[in-house]
Amino acid sequence: MSEVPGDLKYSAEHEWVRGEASEGSEVTVGITAYAAEALGDVVYAELPAVGATVEAGVVCGELESTKAVSELFSPVGGTVTVVNDALTATPETINADPFGEAWLFKVKVSAAAELLDAEQYTALIS
Amino acid sequence: MTSPGSSALSPLDAQHRALDATLTEFAGWSMPLRYGSQIAEHEAVRRNVGLFDVSHMAQIRLTGTQVVAGLEWSLTGLFADMPVGRAKYSLLCNARGGVVDDLIVYRTGVTDFLVIANAGNRAVVVTELLERCESFDVQVEDVSDAYALLAVQGPRAQELLEDVVTDSSVRPREARYFSCHDVTMEGQVGAWVARTGYTGEDGFEILVAAEHAPHVWDVLLARGGAYGILPCGLAARDSLRLEAGMPLHGAELTPERDPFSAGLHWAVKLTRATGDPHECVGAEALTEASVALESWREQPQNAPVDARILVGLLGNGRRAARTGYDVRTLDGVAVGHITSGVPSPTLGQQIAMAYVHPAVASPGTVLHVDVRGRDEVMEVHPLPLYTRPDRT
Repeated sequence: MSEVPGDLKYSAEHEWVRGEASEGSEVTVGITAYAAEALGDVVYAELPAVGATVEAGVVCGELESTKAVSELFSPVGGTVTVVNDALTATPETINADPFGEAWLFKVKVSAAAELLDAEQYTALIS
Repeated sequence: MTSPGSSALSPLDAQHRALDATLTEFAGWSMPLRYGSQIAEHEAVRRNVGLFDVSHMAQIRLTGTQVVAGLEWSLTGLFADMPVGRAKYSLLCNARGGVVDDLIVYRTGVTDFLVIANAGNRAVVVTELLERCESFDVQVEDVSDAYALLAVQGPRAQELLEDVVTDSSVRPREARYFSCHDVTMEGQVGAWVARTGYTGEDGFEILVAAEHAPHVWDVLLARGGAYGILPCGLAARDSLRLEAGMPLHGAELTPERDPFSAGLHWAVKLTRATGDPHECVGAEALTEASVALESWREQPQNAPVDARILVGLLGNGRRAARTGYDVRTLDGVAVGHITSGVPSPTLGQQIAMAYVHPAVASPGTVLHVDVRGRDEVMEVHPLPLYTRPDRT
């Protein structure tokens, strides 16, 4: 069973959100350990650009593993404020530390998003 | 073991589950895709040793007084002069010269051969061999369900085999590449070992009765610990074979493509040593394909617009060229498509195989691959893309 930290919120597309996803606040986004495990070794991460507008549940990038390409969805709507550029050189961090060092980007939230809590997300992946 | 609506299970299924493997459906089988990191498994094979379960592959036994004649009619190779205890790569082609399957043929006795076929082609190969051998004194028997097939691959495979083979007419260290023989393994288990593989490294393939397979697997993993062994899945097997330039049936090889355009001319013997033609299924079409390839090579610009030959590609982009992606000239002219592509763990580059027009098939030719709407630059490179250090 993959780790599901209790202090985060989750999307059905296996992203996590750190911080309160309410209008005007800034949240950090990543993919879950469950998603990283399912992807296999990640070799390339294409992330949205700083300043880009993202929408909840809409594709905003892609994650490529040795075996496949998966679309990356934003769990919240808003404007991208920071992107984790270190992942360009070391995409394998996404497998090694998906909830920590491998955060993907930060978003200034424009509208509150409906997200799952840890218990609901755990039920989803069980 | 196959039942409608469910996947066939390897005799080693319990081992895979105990190792928490990620399983995948492959050619009707539930097989390990990877156990942990595919890259770690790939590197274990290049640097140390890896253990693969390839029990999904089909084993077909051919016996009888006319077995050589039957095989020579059925396949593209010649077998009369093949010594007992040797292996040969061969092809089963259709009347149009297309590749129905690629096979390894082992001569296990004077009138006794073992054919290893791809899992997905098991039924068609058995059917074809039965039909093609009908007028010969040859018995064709699908023995796949009785056996498990394990592959031990990597530079330290020989040391590991030395440890676990307790009795053998030929010690593993003395076994020649593409040779095969009976052995006894630790625990008094009889097995049959060939020095063959699908990774581009030294290695062995072990055929063992299904009921003994878990024991042999456990022994290999336990003893292999001293050599840095990792169990390896189909994902690593694919990236290893692709680096080694080995074609995969269903990707590079299909019933619609002839072996010459796939670079497998060496596996097709159109003429016997006596100078007589080798009569086999597809011989006429194969001869035509051979002549066509020759003319494409001499005058690539004049080759038909749909002519294609298999090439290797190397690129420095971050995004892999995947199966089916279009290949174009720098001017945007469509000249072919990717058959297989992965980020190469060994080379640290993007690697691929592609069928392209002969005019753009020379090493050094720079091409564009359409990676989901964005062009990535790749360069034609001779196959294989990787050669193990002691072979260069």
